[in-house]
Amino acid sequence: MSAREVSVIGCRGAAPGKASGPAVVSTDAMCFYLVDPPTGTVIEAGHAIEGRSIAGAVLVCPGGKGSSVVQADGLYQLAKAGTAPVAVVVAEFDTVLVASAVVVGVPLVRCAPEDFEQIRDGDVLDVDSDQEVVTIR
Amino acid sequence: MKLTDRDREMLDGVDGEGVALAMQVLVAIGRAFDAEQMCDISRAHVALSNQDADIWFAERLVAGGAVCRVPPTVNPGFCLEFFRHLPGLTPDDMETMERTEAAYRALGAQLTYNCTPYLQGNVPRFGEVTAYSESSATPYMNSVYGARTNRESAQSALCAAVTGRVPIYGLLLDENRKGQVHVHVEPTLTDEFDYHLLGYAVPRKAGLQTAFIPVFTGIPASVSPEALMNLGAELNTGGNVPMYHIVGVTPEAPTLEAAFHGDAPGDPVVITARDLVEEQQMLSAEGGPIDFALLGCPHLSLDQLRAIADRIGGRQFKSEFWVMTSFYAKELAARMGVAEVIEKAGGHLVPDTCIDQVVWKHLAGKKGVTDSLKGAYYTQRRDMEFALRSVGDCVEAAIKGETS
Repeated sequence: MSAREVSVIGCRGAAPGKASGPAVVSTDAMCFYLVDPPTGTVIEAGHAIEGRSIAGAVLVCPGGKGSSVVQADGLYQLAKAGTAPVAVVVAEFDTVLVASAVVVGVPLVRCAPEDFEQIRDGDVLDVDSDQEVVTIR
Repeated sequence: MKLTDRDREMLDGVDGEGVALAMQVLVAIGRAFDAEQMCDISRAHVALSNQDADIWFAERLVAGGAVCRVPPTVNPGFCLEFFRHLPGLTPDDMETMERTEAAYRALGAQLTYNCTPYLQGNVPRFGEVTAYSESSATPYMNSVYGARTNRESAQSALCAAVTGRVPIYGLLLDENRKGQVHVHVEPTLTDEFDYHLLGYAVPRKAGLQTAFIPVFTGIPASVSPEALMNLGAELNTGGNVPMYHIVGVTPEAPTLEAAFHGDAPGDPVVITARDLVEEQQMLSAEGGPIDFALLGCPHLSLDQLRAIADRIGGRQFKSEFWVMTSFYAKELAARMGVAEVIEKAGGHLVPDTCIDQVVWKHLAGKKGVTDSLKGAYYTQRRDMEFALRSVGDCVEAAIKGETS
């Protein structure tokens, strides 16, 4: 990982809370139903981060996908197993993702496209949904 | 977001912790979508699922003393009465559904256990503001009735039912109901199964994973409610489509121009007969011997049950034949002698039950037929293999024990 300057970007908070962790960046939208709860590994065939674990990471992805039911249950199973991401950063909100994150208690924020694109895989991120800032370290 | 004094009281726990929790979820959603305020809803439908997160959240609301201000209709889990005496279910399986039922009863929900509340039991007028989760329900409400709902999650819809409120954003606002992609359907669609295929084909051919509102031309004004039910279910499973317009059919699309709110429609995405054939070939297992037919995702209507009875014509099923339907349709089918015809042939009419439930575990590792692409998609993790056929062809396949 190359050294970066610390940069602070604004965001819109949805699910409250703050957390820090390494960024796992996905170019595909995320359906938490297709993540293995014991390991936090993405099991969706052909997904951009298939085979990688999102446990304890700050998940950075374009947005969520999946039915009104499976997204919440997927994230809940990860949280119960202790393999949920510590926070999620997206470019686009949808109601199902926002409700799932709020209910399960995973901080969720949205960044503007130009800020979102600054985030690289492996950056350490401090996400503060309440103050609406993301610090990239 | 500006809250009324009453909203603030609910948020602050004046009505108890359950209502406060529901309000917290709605406030977070409102903040995420830059809603300026909230408004009342007249109806709600909750995609109850009998899954762990569903039970956990419903029981949290119950523990906090919440009771729904707007009693929602609910999706099916599985029918306790029907399956209690059949082999295969463990005491744990039964207890899970009993807990789900107890929680929703305590919340004051209407225990309809049906995924097509828009056909009967929870039908809006034009323009009503509602909160409907369930992938076939959201587009039906917005598109066919011109009622308004966002693409709610099971939990957000339940929070709306508890508080009677939703943040105003998205499809609740006129400007966001504008058509975005013109889709022209070339072939004349005749069977309701064609609409399953159409719904799945459109997001793929349009190349869109994100939410969009298609505007259809080429669909006849005589299109049946069941065809529209199938279309919405698949548009919102194959893609993310909470609303569509059909020119000359749905109320917010008297003309192409009106559907696009006066904007130029742009070049249409054209769906050909070949696209539908390809969609079926791509998603369907191959023909051959089958063990079962499993129909009713979404729940089949009374008309569809009648069509099945007519098609049977006194013959017997060789394969297991299961049809999921609403308790309303099952009761009417019983009164009308339709149920007797299906049951005499060896088929089963199952009320209050979803295709994505533990009760179908005896079909794991087996091969079946269904008309539902959505059903086949969501049961992948239950290890069932499906050839996709029209309802009529599913009946024939179950009688012969094989499909071409």
